[in-house]
Amino acid sequence: MNRHMQYLASQAAAGKLSRRDFLGKAAALGFTAVSANLLLSTAAKAAGPQKGGTIRLGLQGGSTTDSLDPALVTNTVGLMVTRLWGETLVELADDGGIEGKLAESYEASADAKTWTFKLRSGVTYSNGQNVTADDVVKTMERHSGEDTKSGALGIMRGIKDVRADGDSVVFELDSPNADLPYLLADYHLIIQPNGGNDDPAAAIGTGPYIMKSADMGVRFVAEKNPNYWGDLGNADTVEIIVINDDTARVAALQSGQVDVIDRVPPRTAKLVDRAPNITVHSTSAAGHYVFIMHCNTAPFDNNDVRMALKYGINRQEMVDKILNGYGTVGNDTPINASYPMYTELEQRQFDPDKAMHHLKKSGHDGSILLRTSDNSFPGAPDASALFQQSLSSAGIQLDVKREPNDGYWSEVWNAKPFCTSYWGGRPTQDQMFTTAYLSTADWNDTRFNNEQFDQMLVAARGELDVAKRTQMYADMSTILRDEGGLICPMFNDFVEATTDKVDGFVEGIPGQVLMNGYAASKLWVKA
Amino acid sequence: MSPIVKLLAQRIALSLLLLLLISVVIFAGTIVLPGDVAQSILGQSATPEALANLRAELGVNDPPVQRYFAWLFGAMQGDLGTALTSGQDIAQALSSRFWNTLFLAFWAAVVAVPLAIFLGLLAVRFKDRWPDKLISAVTLASISIPEFLIGYVLMYFIAVKLRWFPSVAMVNDNMGLFEKLNAIALPIAVLTLVVLAHMMRMTRAAILNVMQSAYIETAELKGLNAFQVIYRHAFPNAIAPIVNVVMLNLAYLVVGVVVIEVVFVYPGMGQYLVDHVSKRDVPVVQACGLIFAAVYIGLNMIADIVAILSNPRLRHPK
Repeated sequence: MNRHMQYLASQAAAGKLSRRDFLGKAAALGFTAVSANLLLSTAAKAAGPQKGGTIRLGLQGGSTTDSLDPALVTNTVGLMVTRLWGETLVELADDGGIEGKLAESYEASADAKTWTFKLRSGVTYSNGQNVTADDVVKTMERHSGEDTKSGALGIMRGIKDVRADGDSVVFELDSPNADLPYLLADYHLIIQPNGGNDDPAAAIGTGPYIMKSADMGVRFVAEKNPNYWGDLGNADTVEIIVINDDTARVAALQSGQVDVIDRVPPRTAKLVDRAPNITVHSTSAAGHYVFIMHCNTAPFDNNDVRMALKYGINRQEMVDKILNGYGTVGNDTPINASYPMYTELEQRQFDPDKAMHHLKKSGHDGSILLRTSDNSFPGAPDASALFQQSLSSAGIQLDVKREPNDGYWSEVWNAKPFCTSYWGGRPTQDQMFTTAYLSTADWNDTRFNNEQFDQMLVAARGELDVAKRTQMYADMSTILRDEGGLICPMFNDFVEATTDKVDGFVEGIPGQVLMNGYAASKLWVKA
Repeated sequence: MSPIVKLLAQRIALSLLLLLLISVVIFAGTIVLPGDVAQSILGQSATPEALANLRAELGVNDPPVQRYFAWLFGAMQGDLGTALTSGQDIAQALSSRFWNTLFLAFWAAVVAVPLAIFLGLLAVRFKDRWPDKLISAVTLASISIPEFLIGYVLMYFIAVKLRWFPSVAMVNDNMGLFEKLNAIALPIAVLTLVVLAHMMRMTRAAILNVMQSAYIETAELKGLNAFQVIYRHAFPNAIAPIVNVVMLNLAYLVVGVVVIEVVFVYPGMGQYLVDHVSKRDVPVVQACGLIFAAVYIGLNMIADIVAILSNPRLRHPK
């Protein structure tokens, strides 16, 4: 609540929310006018982004094999760099809604099958060319074509046709989808001249910065785009340095060589936060660390075995020991409070008796093999050992097999029947379910096949009544919780840190890391 | 033909043959690794269609023998091919990395080699007295501690606490020599500590060995002081084993510093190689492997040649 108020105050101070609206919302949240006004004045003092200077980010996840082609971006560094020079049609707003980027406005037909996005006029690429509706069409085609390598291919599937119509772009869908704008906010779908067909890695876009140098997996430098249409981009120069080693990244922040880092190791985050010039930010998010069982492979094809394992895990212990408190307990569904239309289900507790009961009922005898590796999520082998202990108190023997990091995502994940893994969040329930729990999904890594679930997913997609849709998603989460192959003990927070040289970090922005990837352009260097 | 020229020609021919064999071994190694390049590039977000598309484009569907020979003939003409993952020209991408690696190795060697030999001579001069024991203890301790730990310790005290040198050894073309040296001060310090003990101990042992000889006693009887005996009589005769160990350590400085590169975020070849190994980018792995092998073999060849040349029996054949 308090965080929400601070967020509102900072919005009001930045002029994005009128004073009257702010006070109204504050009253609705139970704040008196006096305290709300006080909050507003402190926020105003703190606010007022300052222009100029250089922001330096030390980030994990870059590799020398990366490409500037937005279709091939797979990691945080790629996301942050792409956000500098490029833009999507629409973007997630800070309150979880959708705001226009290159599209000024959009509307859907009554059946949610035809969507029209009106382009912002007069926007130019960094090479001086104008953005045209044709570029948008070409971009969408490049990401959905037969021979594409785009990471966005999966979400482009339901789109039947994209065509230019004057300064608008019209999307025709196979079936109704009320969430199309969320899909188009995917960070791969950067609008490029001629759809990026000529030179996908040229980094020519409409973003607030222009790339000056790009040394893959090492260092990126970008300078302010003088012709940028919007108000993003406070620093004159952004420098992104890839620092994959945890200790080195923290040391670089402590010694003042960078101003912002991501992925502060949870184990040391509290120590890092103690330094007077450093602030650690923790953002609860939709990403989760999981144990996944194939629902079609023995012994996991028996729901009682699955239930036994679900009751045999101590979720709070995992949050405390694996995440060091930087996270929240899961409930065996991929959905948490970060999602719109979220309904809280009854929390499943660690219960050795029920675990034993279900195991007996299943008739399964003998041990169960779990595969894990360091890179399936940070601390996965430790989490597996905790799981082993909590299960043994229920009389279930778990064997843990440590697999090499190398090749884990091709040889073990989505191939072996029981292993550790992680999922990043998606902006909507529909996207999360469609990506991994629809029976025909490519990444159905639990081999979940439930006809009722599939039908509800399609029905919910076309349902424009929010109350009905919310209920449907609650029912689907219940099905997953009670029948699915997902054991979700915890949702991990994003733990990031800044020095006192920079200001403007807002915690709790939904979606992604580092203020949904906009930290570089939204933070400012203090004068 | 003089025996020396013949010996040198033999050495060089053997080295080239060795390089060829190594390229086969590296290639075979990358084939037996689990997973494939397309899967590794796309990671968790791979769909079957995207995988098939990428595999076809990368040409990984061709038989391995065919791919190996195509690459070998290209490499002989100076064309290392393009990286499967990023589409960059390998020779171009590698050259800046390779110069960075050589830059770090060179300055580390400039500090470490004279220091090691000097400490070795000092240890011989004060054999079994406290300077000898102190030098041995300190250098053995530094070689026994894992290099990343030395890196972290130096980083904590020198970069974070004292702020004398930066913890991120990021160099780029816009920096002057002094700026670059400032940036790589910490990695140089760590590398020096790591290679010091080996070279110093070998220098000490080789010279002590020579010191047992009769001509050293003669020199002492002539009235030369201890340092002159070591410098003029013992050192020239101990040079072969010392050069050998120096070259081995130089090779290590070029090819074995991946951990240091990661800890200090130095854009050298090691990190480049590791990234491409984990993505099964065979052409890049081949190229890096070949360059590393060439450096190793080349430096050892130099050590051999120096050993041959420093041997009077070979320099002055009957």
